[in-house]
Amino acid sequence: MSAEAIEPNRRDFLYIATGMAGVVGAASVAWPFIDQMQPDASTLALASVEVDVSSVTPGMSLIVKWRGKPVVVRNRTPKEMKEAEEVKLSELKDPIARNDNLPSDAPATDANRTVKGQEAWLVMVQVCTHLGCIPLGQEGEFGGWFCPCHGSQYDTAGRIRKGPAPENMAIPKYKFTSKTSVTIG
Amino acid sequence: MSGFQHSTYTPKTGFGRWFDQRMPLPRLVYDSFVAYPVPRNLNYAYTFGGILSMMLVIQILTGIVLAMHYAANSGLAFDSVEHIMRDVNFGWLLRYVHSNGASFFFIAVYVHIFRGLYYGSYKAPRELLWILGCIIYLLMMATAFMGYVLPWGQMSFWGATVITGFFSAIPLVGDWIQQLLIGGFAVGDPTLNRFFSLHYLLPFMIAGVVVLHVWALHVAGQTNPTGVDVKTKGDTVPFSPHATVKDGFAMVVFLLVFAYVIFYIPDYLGHADNYVEANPLKTPSEIVPEWYFLPFYAMLRAITFNVGPINSKLGGVLVMFGSIVLLFLVPWLDTSKVRSAVYRPWYKLFFWIFLVDVVMLGWLGSKPPQGIYPTLALIGAIFYYAFFLVIMPILGLIETPRKLPNSITESVLEKKGGGGGVPARAAAAPETRS
Repeated sequence: MSAEAIEPNRRDFLYIATGMAGVVGAASVAWPFIDQMQPDASTLALASVEVDVSSVTPGMSLIVKWRGKPVVVRNRTPKEMKEAEEVKLSELKDPIARNDNLPSDAPATDANRTVKGQEAWLVMVQVCTHLGCIPLGQEGEFGGWFCPCHGSQYDTAGRIRKGPAPENMAIPKYKFTSKTSVTIG
Repeated sequence: MSGFQHSTYTPKTGFGRWFDQRMPLPRLVYDSFVAYPVPRNLNYAYTFGGILSMMLVIQILTGIVLAMHYAANSGLAFDSVEHIMRDVNFGWLLRYVHSNGASFFFIAVYVHIFRGLYYGSYKAPRELLWILGCIIYLLMMATAFMGYVLPWGQMSFWGATVITGFFSAIPLVGDWIQQLLIGGFAVGDPTLNRFFSLHYLLPFMIAGVVVLHVWALHVAGQTNPTGVDVKTKGDTVPFSPHATVKDGFAMVVFLLVFAYVIFYIPDYLGHADNYVEANPLKTPSEIVPEWYFLPFYAMLRAITFNVGPINSKLGGVLVMFGSIVLLFLVPWLDTSKVRSAVYRPWYKLFFWIFLVDVVMLGWLGSKPPQGIYPTLALIGAIFYYAFFLVIMPILGLIETPRKLPNSITESVLEKKGGGGGVPARAAAAPETRS
């Protein structure tokens, strides 16, 4: 009797085959339902933005919208650059440059927050790395950016110095196509 | 309680008998809301379950109507809400009922939760009942959050940005999850559309879990202020008319306060910045969530430092979500055999300190994250965690509870001063109700 029960029969096969078909079917139907939530083709088709910065004199900034987020293009004053350069790496909360134009492990020196030859220009996604608010420029204890949401403070190179944000603000890929024109993305 | 569970429903008409044999729905209603026995000593803190059911119905009804006039598109949403306020007949009333209804829903749920914590409503055999309640609370928070995004004001937009930002704190897959939630690189039209769809869906899921919640309640029976189990039929009264009238009276009083807010101070609980249309390039000078999320918001902001491999952002998010996870564990964190705080002098003291702590956290959540406030919030968060993880388990082991009454009837009669000569046995006599 028991030996007979162990012997697989047609019904056991149908059980397992139906169960497997059900699992595979459910999984393959589930994926479109999840995938439709992801950024769609029109969102992904992000053109790069070209910005004319000829009117931006030292101490001025320009904000452009890129991928739905504000990108600040700031022509920093010599004082701001000097302050950022004098900060030791050991004082930084996040010692990584977070610069898409450089290797991902580049240290967060002031020069590494910009591109070579255009060190006065800070081009940065002005979105707090804590929870995505827009920090206010030229505010806070370090004269850089201050996030009104949860009190994160950034220095003049956009590096996190104080507060809950974990990372320096991101530097997108960008290129100076001429002296007065930047292409972001 | 199970001793009283047998059905006493007898259909009075021929049609009633015919229906009962085919689908005993009237029997279910009769047994659950008419003959159902409730402890005779329930106070007004126990009326908030009924009030919550009423609020859910109000929110669903006004919500369905508002959806007929609302446009879930980032270009139209803000104007369509103003259209509801100015052009739609009684649109202003329906919208104010709905938006303030969310606040009053939370007022009621907080009373309900704190009542459960005070009277030990989560203890065996009501652990599942409590957990189902926690699930309803989570669904309520998700629904309220997504509803707040729909008017597409500044607070809607930036609240959505901050709250979906929580998920980007998860290591490795965080950014992917955040983009999956908002359907883009920043909050935008896809986000608004899916939030509208889910905001319409979730209340019906809440209604489903409420059915389970009430089912679990009717299996174990209500707790009561003494925490002593129902022992005899004399410890209870039938749901109708006793509980129906008491619940009904509490609903009327609750609705009076609700009506005052709707008609006189409809924007008191809201934020002025939400009457400014969403602007992705400008964050309001301070972002605060709706008042019912403030204690959790304060705990999120209290973590400004890294702890080992956990950075401050992930730490804050973990502390915030953890504070809700703790609620699910309460039935096993409280080690005391005595249910009600009435008979637990130390627990009672800490309960009230806990209540003050939560209110203080709420106040801190509304303050800017500078100066002394983050430090105070950290102290508040530490006490919040200590209440559940240290005080609850240890008190149950070391506290000497006061003497419990032998029965609910005894405690009721004691309160009435000497008992009026009705011994517990007499009160337990078989019921002669027609």
